Amino acid sequence: MDWHLIIAATIKIVVFVFLTTLPLVAMSVWAERRVSAAIQDRVGPNRVGPFGLLQAVADGIKFLLKEDFTPNHVRKGYFWLAPALVMVPALLTCAVIPFGSKLFGEKMVIADLNVGPLFVFAIASLSVYGIVLAGWASNSKYPFLGGVRSTSQMISYEISLGLSIVPLIMIYGELNLGRIVQYQADNGWALLPLWGEGLSVQGWVLTIPVFVSFVIFMTSMFAETNRLPFDLPECETELVAGYHTEYSSMKFALFFLGEYAAMIIGSGLAVTLFLGGWSLPFGWLSPENTEAAVPWWHGLIHIGVYFSKVIVLILFFIVVRWTLPRFRYDQLMRLGWVFFFEIALFNVVLTAALLWWFNKPVS
Amino acid sequence: MAIVVKRPKLKWWEHLYLPALAQGMRVTLGHFIKTLSGKKKVTMQYPEEKWDDQLPEHYRGAPALVTDVQGRERCVACQLCEFICPPRAITIKPEEIPSDDKWSKVEKRPKAFEIDMIRCIYCGLCEEVCPEQAIYLRKDYSITGTSRAEMVHDKERLYEIGGVREGLVNKWNELK
Repeated sequence: MDWHLIIAATIKIVVFVFLTTLPLVAMSVWAERRVSAAIQDRVGPNRVGPFGLLQAVADGIKFLLKEDFTPNHVRKGYFWLAPALVMVPALLTCAVIPFGSKLFGEKMVIADLNVGPLFVFAIASLSVYGIVLAGWASNSKYPFLGGVRSTSQMISYEISLGLSIVPLIMIYGELNLGRIVQYQADNGWALLPLWGEGLSVQGWVLTIPVFVSFVIFMTSMFAETNRLPFDLPECETELVAGYHTEYSSMKFALFFLGEYAAMIIGSGLAVTLFLGGWSLPFGWLSPENTEAAVPWWHGLIHIGVYFSKVIVLILFFIVVRWTLPRFRYDQLMRLGWVFFFEIALFNVVLTAALLWWFNKPVS
Repeated sequence: MAIVVKRPKLKWWEHLYLPALAQGMRVTLGHFIKTLSGKKKVTMQYPEEKWDDQLPEHYRGAPALVTDVQGRERCVACQLCEFICPPRAITIKPEEIPSDDKWSKVEKRPKAFEIDMIRCIYCGLCEEVCPEQAIYLRKDYSITGTSRAEMVHDKERLYEIGGVREGLVNKWNELK
């Protein structure tokens, strides 16, 4: 056994997942409340700590100390399993997202997998089980309806989510997220091909399918994470609170945090695929290739860049939530199956045709 | 009679939904920036900022007993406020003023005067009914306590809130 690798991986897991992503989850709950308050001309939580920054800590303590009430009519085993099944996949997907280039000669990704996006989709699709189990095990009508809605919604949108990144993978010719970011650092971000090989007719024409992909990806991400305008599974006006109606204290908090963790990972994936991951624009401070040595302060800057991009996307998620009204359920299904599925499929064909056209062998 | 609502015919780019999203984002972000830059200030930070100077003259806060300018208590323990109080928040124990007292002419005074502020509904009937103008609704509205006993205002506390009030009261007049 190579102890060096195990220790490095452990440190990365602890620092990235438990010391960065989980606090980021807590902070995004705070940000959600402050931003929504500002949008509605209110103040929001500003009492606990400076600017209310410690509100998340107060919330956590409150959730832990509240009575953990389990109703008598639920299926206890599944009822207890469901919140964990929502939270765990969201955190597991952290494993393949590159959150920096290199620090002290160590790649800033927990598992440098060659099938990054596939792994993310495979694991993220597990979180639907948590919601289904919660809805089913709660053994009452509103959670059940919420669970059913969420199942069909998540399964529907997973298709367009998966199809939307196929054009990108065809352009990169790569499934390793680390090398995808490196490619973007060299040749321009997928949505902003302003340097390297991106600065060509091919690069510019290809931004059209990439932009379509980006719109479909982001919208499907909203649906996957059950956020407004697609929060029909919890839809308080119709279903009380949807699948987590019967939950209280920390078990409810796990659902809540799982949603935000999924949002952060989704933003991370969008940043990695579309917005150049940890790379600065115009290839500033970017290493020669994925194996090249990176000075430690460059590594720190790259980590900072990655997290700032993620935070900007989370703010976008939050602003959209307080901007758009909720879709009707048939509209949601129509959007997913009739529009996004077809557009994503057509987009794949279009990208393939464009790539073939530009890279035609000269005969 | 059924009313036919005419649906507006949308242009193709309006069907795309994205322009509407941008429009909506402009509205929300506009509010967001206005609130952040402090241009639009609606909420007041309550315990630090108060609106007490804006309270109207007729504001009905906590009922309290008042003394006259010489520090004599106006209440004659007639118990009218106790009888009229709809939630029965007021409890008065009257006491006879001993005949050797300087003000024995007044005859009665409250030995104990308690208002249960958990019961009080701030209706102001006590103030209205008082023949001696001894009880007034003041502007104190933040009446809090950590126990039920603490929420019962005794005579001392009521005079503390009420303070002094000037004005003609005839009961001390030797000639009347």
